[in-house]
Amino acid sequence: MNVVPRASQWGELIRPDRVHSSLYSDPAIFEAELQNIWYRTWVYVGHESEVRNANDYVVKSIGPQSVIMTRDEQGKVNLLLNRCSHRGNQVCSYDKGNARSFTCPFHSWTFANDGRLVGYAFPDGYDGQDKSKLSLGRVTRVQSYRGFVFGSFAAEGPTLEEHLGGAAETIDRLVRSSPEGEVEVTAGFLKHRVKANWKFILENECDGYHPAFVHSSIFGVADSAIGKLYGGASTALTRDYGNGHTEIDLRPEFRKRDAPMSWFGTTEERLPDYAARMKAAYSDEKAREIMIDGTPHVMIFPNLFIAEIQMFVIQPLAVDDSVQHVTALQFKGAPDMNRRLRQQTMGSVGPAGLLLADDSEMYERCHRGVLARNPEWIFLGRGEKRERRDDLGFKVGHVTDEIPSRGIWRHYRSLMEAR
Amino acid sequence: MLSRESSATLMSAVTAFIYKEARLQDEHAYEAWEALWTDDGVYWVPANGDDIDPEKEMSIIYDNRSRISLRIKQLLTGKRHTQTPQSRLRRLVSNIELTVEQPGGDISVASNSMVFESSLRDDTIWAARNEYRLRYVDGELRMAYKKVILVNNEKALFTLSFLI
Repeated sequence: MNVVPRASQWGELIRPDRVHSSLYSDPAIFEAELQNIWYRTWVYVGHESEVRNANDYVVKSIGPQSVIMTRDEQGKVNLLLNRCSHRGNQVCSYDKGNARSFTCPFHSWTFANDGRLVGYAFPDGYDGQDKSKLSLGRVTRVQSYRGFVFGSFAAEGPTLEEHLGGAAETIDRLVRSSPEGEVEVTAGFLKHRVKANWKFILENECDGYHPAFVHSSIFGVADSAIGKLYGGASTALTRDYGNGHTEIDLRPEFRKRDAPMSWFGTTEERLPDYAARMKAAYSDEKAREIMIDGTPHVMIFPNLFIAEIQMFVIQPLAVDDSVQHVTALQFKGAPDMNRRLRQQTMGSVGPAGLLLADDSEMYERCHRGVLARNPEWIFLGRGEKRERRDDLGFKVGHVTDEIPSRGIWRHYRSLMEAR
Repeated sequence: MLSRESSATLMSAVTAFIYKEARLQDEHAYEAWEALWTDDGVYWVPANGDDIDPEKEMSIIYDNRSRISLRIKQLLTGKRHTQTPQSRLRRLVSNIELTVEQPGGDISVASNSMVFESSLRDDTIWAARNEYRLRYVDGELRMAYKKVILVNNEKALFTLSFLI
């Protein structure tokens, strides 16, 4: 297909239990996704802890666009587009730093770190020009939730909290694993590129069907208890929060184990400082509950994946080109825990990761696979007959069921059909 | 300070060691490559620069000896999908130099390498500065430390699942 479907036609490509292969491989559909998803809905951009001090900045992205996240002198977080308002030159060429202003190297236009144009070279040539009309472009709406900064290019629409909906609770569940109730993103990102469509990554994050096969090589040699969580007898759940957000809820299995820190493959005794700080911060009973339940495994649509100990940010560059940005989560006030989080994350993820290199191999093989057009469809019907609702009304199923993919595509269709 | 003659002998032994290591990597001789390591070996591929602190920031690989062993065991399962089928590899190693001597007697060596990888995805070229600390154990040279500084380690990289 070379023509983008009209709003009424998306239903022909997206059915309740199957989706058309062209959704992953058609460049025109990718362009439509940029407009209707990436440049409209709430997209995760960065974390407040990455710009801790006044004038700190870090370069992030929304899809292929480069975005500078700054903290200005007033302490406000800004999302500025990295292009000079004069002739489009990129004004920032470093990944991060501390700067009150950005001077374009092309004609020396200078912008404050809140985006205002503060000066240009040889100003007499601009007699009568209103500088306030030549600010850097910015992401229209910026909101953060517990330190996670999201941006939306739509002037109107759901608030961030409305967008997160039921999935906001998973972020609450994450930050409480810090004795100070805060996550920090301070360990730097690995950037792992794949020649595959971004939705293969999105759908895999809460696919509980693949680990037993894609990761059998590491589960077998590492004496890992992770494999069992994704086995046929597991009581863990897949969940669809709506708005495209999906989860693998491992708590039923961790609660059966009833052992603090077992979710992280360790014990309280091996992390005595962390356990003590958690008990001091919460009650003994509450700390025990948190240390049994662990942190969430949740995919916040379209690009923030919190995977228990690490976070991924998915960046689409082209229909067949994507980058996974990944870092270890760090819990404020938990140095002994943080060291282990970094060590385990480094072993698991990134270009050489013992887990993610194999996932990424699947993304690339799937992308090449769907170029074959018979059968035309991707079948997503696993567990459709055993879906049920949890106490809060969210759809749940067996950990290996394809509830997450079906939820993602239902929301995707609603975004693509919107005008 | 080594005499000219013993320096040449050492350079020759070190060069032979580095060429052998390169061949074992190219040919996926996992167990023979693992046997080159000392018991305290550290295998480090930094990300986002040459001199980050690997105890504070993410590296592409930062393996202690037991994780080197785990990495090899995984490859040996034959179910490490990203290396099934294996990448076809050939690398050139050059610019081998003995660098500043380390306290404790380890031999410091640096080299440049360029690797041509052919995998299911495509052909990929990798280039790096390699820093080694080598040590004689029972009369044989062994690696105690290998740091691979990829030229493009600040960028988004494709999967790097062969031995670099």
